[in-house]
Amino acid sequence: MASTIRVRATSTGDITEVQALIQHPMDSGFVKDAKGAIIPPHFIQQVTFEHDGKNVFVADWGTAVSKDPYVKFSFKGGKKDDELKISWVDNKGASDTTTAKIQ
Amino acid sequence: MRSAIPPASAALALAALALAALAFAAPRPAVAADTPDPVADAAAFQKYFTNKFPKLKLEDFVNGPYSLNEDMHRQWVEKEEFPPYDFSLDLGKEMFAKPFKNGKSYADCFPNQGIGIRQNYPYFDAKEGKVVTLELALNRCREANGEPPFSYVKDEMAALTAYMAFTSRGKPFDIKIPNDPRALAAYQNGKRYFYTRRGQLNFSCASCHVQSPGQRIRAEILAPALGILNAMPIYRSEWGGMGTISRRFISCNSQTRAVPLDPQADEYRDLEYYLSYVSNGLPISGPGARP
Repeated sequence: MASTIRVRATSTGDITEVQALIQHPMDSGFVKDAKGAIIPPHFIQQVTFEHDGKNVFVADWGTAVSKDPYVKFSFKGGKKDDELKISWVDNKGASDTTTAKIQ
Repeated sequence: MRSAIPPASAALALAALALAALAFAAPRPAVAADTPDPVADAAAFQKYFTNKFPKLKLEDFVNGPYSLNEDMHRQWVEKEEFPPYDFSLDLGKEMFAKPFKNGKSYADCFPNQGIGIRQNYPYFDAKEGKVVTLELALNRCREANGEPPFSYVKDEMAALTAYMAFTSRGKPFDIKIPNDPRALAAYQNGKRYFYTRRGQLNFSCASCHVQSPGQRIRAEILAPALGILNAMPIYRSEWGGMGTISRRFISCNSQTRAVPLDPQADEYRDLEYYLSYVSNGLPISGPGARP
């Protein structure tokens, strides 16, 4: 299976714009399935974007974030062909990491 | 209910008429107003929408509500840079390439290996005497190769059709009604289904998607019926996931508080046939994203 993270980072001068889409159910724990049983909470707790050994964006997420969340932000200092490391950890301890080159 | 196929004499008369139409392709013979005439139907249908929205080009209609509202259009342009159907599309591509247990694959079931053929579905199958949709053909392909069929409404089926639509993007819908009274009957039946009011709210498909596209229904903007199938399957934010044409029909029916049919019921197949035919010439834009 391909990575659960899609990233696109583009640099325009000294600002790098980053877009990411993460595949995750983000179950809130308040929803019932077809049989009436509660779907246990399952959500991403932390997302981290790392550039040049430094965190440029860290988000603590909870149950209010949508399924397959999308993030967009920009930061100063990225250059073309620099590497960006993206990772998430969810409340069940699962995680995923990927790297992307800034374009 | 499925319409009765016209009695043999009527069928013969229809066939004769169709032959006559072929013989005198131009100019078209004058026909009584109640004789089914799909070509004129499609032209009138498209003209209705282009008159209603004079600023839009014909191919804009495949983007549904995003072509009708400027704000939504801006959001959509940004969304398309990183579309929510991306994961499904990748899954579909992977599934399509993976052979079945018997070594065959989806490509063996379709003309041109299944690539770039979405615009030809649904088609009228002369052997079966019914309309065959892409979703139906996919499940038949699976069953013929000893695999269990997929659910028609979402997940795997949506992923597969997403991939097949993606390879056909930009190709104009090319639905044909062969010279067969049963094909014309299926078309007519689909048209009847589209314009028949049903459900507790007494809505027909046309009440929303012909009469009121561009207007709001609560927070949503109604999509025009013209080009609505070109974008299928879709990622609907409301569903939080992908859905097929079957899913769209079923949810439409239940939203008018009617009892939905089973996916790929004869009426739905005919409806898809009608609705695709009147969008002939408009490009495939699926998979799409909708609010």
